[in-house]
Amino acid sequence: MQHLRQLEDQSVYILREAYKHFDNLAMLWSMGKDSTVLLWLARKAFFGHVPFPLLHVDTSFKIPAMIEYRDRVAREWGLQLVVGQNKEALAAGMNSSMGRVTCCTALKTNGLKQLIEQKGYTGIILGVRADEEGTRAKERYFSPRDKHGDWDFRDQPPELWDQFKTTFPPGTHIRIHPLLDWTEINIWEYIKAENIPFIDLYLDKGEGTRYRSLGCAPCTTPIQSTAKSVDDIINELRHTTTAERSGRAQDEGRGMELLRKDGYM
Amino acid sequence: MTEITMKASDNLNIVIVGHVDHGKSTLLGRLYADTGSLPDGKIEKVQAICRQQGKEFEYAFLFDAFLEEQEQGITIDTARTFFAWKGRQYIIIDAPGHKEFLKNMISGAARAEGALLLIDALEGVKEQSKKHGYLLSLLGVRQFAVVVNKMDLVGYRQDVFDGIEKEYREFLGQFKAVPQQIIPVSAKLGDNIANRSEQMLWYKGPTVLDSLGAFKKEPGRSEQPLRMPVQDVYKFDARRIIAGRVTAGRVKVGDSLVFSPSNKRATVKSIEAFNVEPLPVEGHAGQTVGITLDEQIFVERGEVASHQEQLPLVSTAFRANVFWLGRKPLERGRRYQLRVATKEVDCEVAAIHRIIDTMDLAQQQGSNVVNRNQVAELTIRAKVPVAFDLSVSFEATGRFVLVDEYDIAGGGIVTELVHDDQEFLREEARQRDFAWVKGEVGVEDRAQQYGHRAAIVLVTGGRHAGKSFLAKKIEARLVADGRHAYLLDGGNLRRGLDADLSEGERGQAAEMARRYGEVARLLVDTGLIVISTTNPFGLAYSEAAQAIRTLVHPVPVIAIHMSKAPEEAPPNTDIVLSGPTDFDEATRQILEELKRRGVLAQAIGAKPTFQYSI
Repeated sequence: MQHLRQLEDQSVYILREAYKHFDNLAMLWSMGKDSTVLLWLARKAFFGHVPFPLLHVDTSFKIPAMIEYRDRVAREWGLQLVVGQNKEALAAGMNSSMGRVTCCTALKTNGLKQLIEQKGYTGIILGVRADEEGTRAKERYFSPRDKHGDWDFRDQPPELWDQFKTTFPPGTHIRIHPLLDWTEINIWEYIKAENIPFIDLYLDKGEGTRYRSLGCAPCTTPIQSTAKSVDDIINELRHTTTAERSGRAQDEGRGMELLRKDGYM
Repeated sequence: MTEITMKASDNLNIVIVGHVDHGKSTLLGRLYADTGSLPDGKIEKVQAICRQQGKEFEYAFLFDAFLEEQEQGITIDTARTFFAWKGRQYIIIDAPGHKEFLKNMISGAARAEGALLLIDALEGVKEQSKKHGYLLSLLGVRQFAVVVNKMDLVGYRQDVFDGIEKEYREFLGQFKAVPQQIIPVSAKLGDNIANRSEQMLWYKGPTVLDSLGAFKKEPGRSEQPLRMPVQDVYKFDARRIIAGRVTAGRVKVGDSLVFSPSNKRATVKSIEAFNVEPLPVEGHAGQTVGITLDEQIFVERGEVASHQEQLPLVSTAFRANVFWLGRKPLERGRRYQLRVATKEVDCEVAAIHRIIDTMDLAQQQGSNVVNRNQVAELTIRAKVPVAFDLSVSFEATGRFVLVDEYDIAGGGIVTELVHDDQEFLREEARQRDFAWVKGEVGVEDRAQQYGHRAAIVLVTGGRHAGKSFLAKKIEARLVADGRHAYLLDGGNLRRGLDADLSEGERGQAAEMARRYGEVARLLVDTGLIVISTTNPFGLAYSEAAQAIRTLVHPVPVIAIHMSKAPEEAPPNTDIVLSGPTDFDEATRQILEELKRRGVLAQAIGAKPTFQYSI
């Protein structure tokens, strides 16, 4: 419990630094467990308020229950929701059969880039965690992106103590990662401790399967699991040695490295 | 099940440092494998890539997430990974040892609560072994073990180990660093990592994992005097919340707080929180909190809240040990942004006392620059007074970073307060403010009533530059606009308040400036916009202006400098007017500046609604 509170304090500190330093700030919300915890932490940081818009990059291939959940929570919590979509690519018939990396780049990376450009955001808050996969382990809390949204992972500015990169040249933006130090178990323990409403796709509803990580319907497969509650999930995670994103097709081979260098979340 | 399934009740941030190729990634891979912390199939996957690339499998490859790394065989950046062992979760930061990547090592170590420092038994103590050891000490990582790796390559010989231990302890001793342990290991073969080595029965100390297990969580900063740097002020609803992280001590409801350097005081009314019932009554070191105060005082980011008995230091200058990571060398006299806790202010390097060679700790004097990856002793001078502590007493408020253009380019620890010429006046102001007797009407009440805040408009410059004329014009304009403004002409003090001063004292301006500053302080406390000139101080206007600033702090001072020909204005001047002056244009500029600084918050006649969280 003490560890969870330390993680919470650090994330809250980062969120407040972001809010102080970025005039045009937004938070990415995919309705998954991580970005929902992030949203909750924003409410912690700003005492029940969320003083920036939430972005959802809609690929049109999301599981329908996720969209229903999104709209309900946004209404109940009074959120400012901004939905972006790469309509051009969709009109041209983009889908995962054209290649997963190609599809992710078009609908997610480029969808996000279009949104950032249209709205002129200078700071984007994301719920990525260091333990998810290798390239995310290399991230800073405040991570600069150049004019093309690209990430130069080999020459990142230093990050010292509680001092972050909050100044940047015009035309570039900063990705802010308040959840970097959280693990998958921490996320669920926190959901339990705070009683955060989450989407029930993460639970088994009697079919012996559940989602462990949520993405687009065609590229995300449920895992075999009988976890029917948060407690069940935590217990299951304590005993598993299977990677969290093993159900995410984009991670295969060198997928995530290539995607993230070009500005994927 | 193994230890991994036990609930981790504790956690610790660990950094692994040392010279390039001394085996940091291999050690990390081994720690994961031996604690059963690897996901299923991870080893097999990496082995498959190795086969494909025709390489022999190494534990180090487990953490090489980037293709480039597999090609270069070195880890590129600070990777954050986790493993659990005996009820504790370790967050391991795999800091690389390549010289070019020092900034990543520092980023990693700055977050660490403990460190493992690797030395290759075959190569012995190298440059980076020393530099990293020294930097750990500079960064405040006091808890570390030295791991002498690749013992298998020296036939597990005790004399080789003893030689390295002796040499390295002597080096560390020069800056009084003492390792928890020095451990002989072979990360590749697993000797003394999780299991005791069969090959080195002469070694009786703990294994690497046992040594990590003995590392303690950081000592109780909560027992120190309170430090809470203000991060932001929020007014999302009826509550005006001052947010910040408690970096030392405890803050409680009912506490009387002093904010430095403004010396504002107020009592904690509540500690606010979301989804917490009932609300907390206390916040302790490490926590990010939000407090409300019993009084609407104007405090802003960068101030440090403490209790009155144990105040932080306040000065414009301090001496520090700094490591420099910038692309451009650090230069004496150049402008940088200084960040101490939440305070962000322009500064310059007033002196470079010496460069410290971390190889032999020799000191090199007389340099005007500090190059990338060098450590130096400096004096830093900030544009305005800053609240801070010495790093030996307080960690978070005793360290800082320097920003060059857009990037954090260096960091350091404060070793000494440097006295500046405002010290006595600043102390006078502090004592006077603490003893100040207030009525029922507060500063904010007056501001609401008047429709503007108190401020000083200070016109500096030599004789016959038109200062008095401009001052009169501003006063007239402000009053015509319905503001409460008053021209405080220094000459009016001469034959009254200053009548007792000797000729000598009048010549020096110091005492006159002090009295003038105190009178101005009284007038701004009444809520007035005071317009003043440095006329009575002759050519000592620069010193006088500084003294007035110190005494009226933290009331905003709008400084205007006037001269017939272009000349250097005193520090912190807002508007420079040289040559023939268009007084209407000058007045307009000054009114704009008053608006920009939040003194004239809204149009005349509008209902005053102040946004306090400027």
